[in-house]
Amino acid sequence: MRHHLILRVVSKLLIPFILLYALYVQFHGDFGPGGGFQAGVIFAAAFVLYALIFGVQAARRAFPDSWLAILIPLGVLIYAGTGIASLLLGGTFLDYDVLASTPTGGQHLGILVVEFGVGVTVTAVMIAIFFAYAGRTHEIQDDDW
Amino acid sequence: MESGIVNILVDISLMTLLGITAIGIVRSRNLFATAMLSGIYSLISAAVFVTLDAVDVAFTEAAVGAGISTVLMLGAMTLTRRSEKHAIKLHVGPLFVTIGIGAALIYGTVDMPPFGSTDAPGFQHIVPEYIAGSRDDIQVPNIVTSILASYRGFDTLGETAVIFAAGIGVLFLLGRRREDEEADESSNSSKGEDA
Repeated sequence: MRHHLILRVVSKLLIPFILLYALYVQFHGDFGPGGGFQAGVIFAAAFVLYALIFGVQAARRAFPDSWLAILIPLGVLIYAGTGIASLLLGGTFLDYDVLASTPTGGQHLGILVVEFGVGVTVTAVMIAIFFAYAGRTHEIQDDDW
Repeated sequence: MESGIVNILVDISLMTLLGITAIGIVRSRNLFATAMLSGIYSLISAAVFVTLDAVDVAFTEAAVGAGISTVLMLGAMTLTRRSEKHAIKLHVGPLFVTIGIGAALIYGTVDMPPFGSTDAPGFQHIVPEYIAGSRDDIQVPNIVTSILASYRGFDTLGETAVIFAAGIGVLFLLGRRREDEEADESSNSSKGEDA
């Protein structure tokens, strides 16, 4: 889409705000609607938009495949690790009460960390699936539609 | 009760739009149009969820249904044909099965508690505990988040594992291309693909 000047300019303007909004949804999920699942998808959508406008190769340079291989399991490990941590601190699995000095503080911390783990995995999986599909075709010419 | 009338009007128009979109999806043979219509369907469903005060679900539906899955559908479409095969034949058996199951489901809703009723069994069992708990013990304003991440932490861990497994599966099946394919693409990238 080399010649779509308006799309390129507008998307370049929008992508930072989409990423920022994803972070807001991620870390504000306990106060407003949202959480790790939604934030992960929005974060991935920013990269999908980038790939649609500037090409999959450019998006692959911005988000290399090697990161995906690390981030997909990392999110699950963060989540499960929170459970292990609460076990080691004397609680039951995924009982966040023991994570901080007060039970309420522990709950807040646990929810934040766990949602972060969800967000990491969802982002990486969404981008990986998109790359897997989009990488299999050659660049589509406008006439093909 | 002016707001009640407005709500009913909004519901009727959203449901009409949903119906029109669904019929459009069924009737269209052009897969590009079908993919875009299913995105529109998700977006209207998200609006329906907002009218039901289920903002978190609406959020997910808008992001996943209207956003990512539309893009993935289009991506999958570039690997196949652009239009569906023209083979419309009325299958009487499946039609009766569909109508029968639909009628049974609608008959089943007759026994359901009225919409929004606080006496519904779903709100009696453990929900009051969750509502009080997320106010007093967890102190998180969004009850959805406290249930999802704390009370139902095991479930959400399982969901994350499912997404993990899906991602790994797609990567194994489609992700890693062999090096000769990569080289092939770089030499062929100027050619368009015949669909």
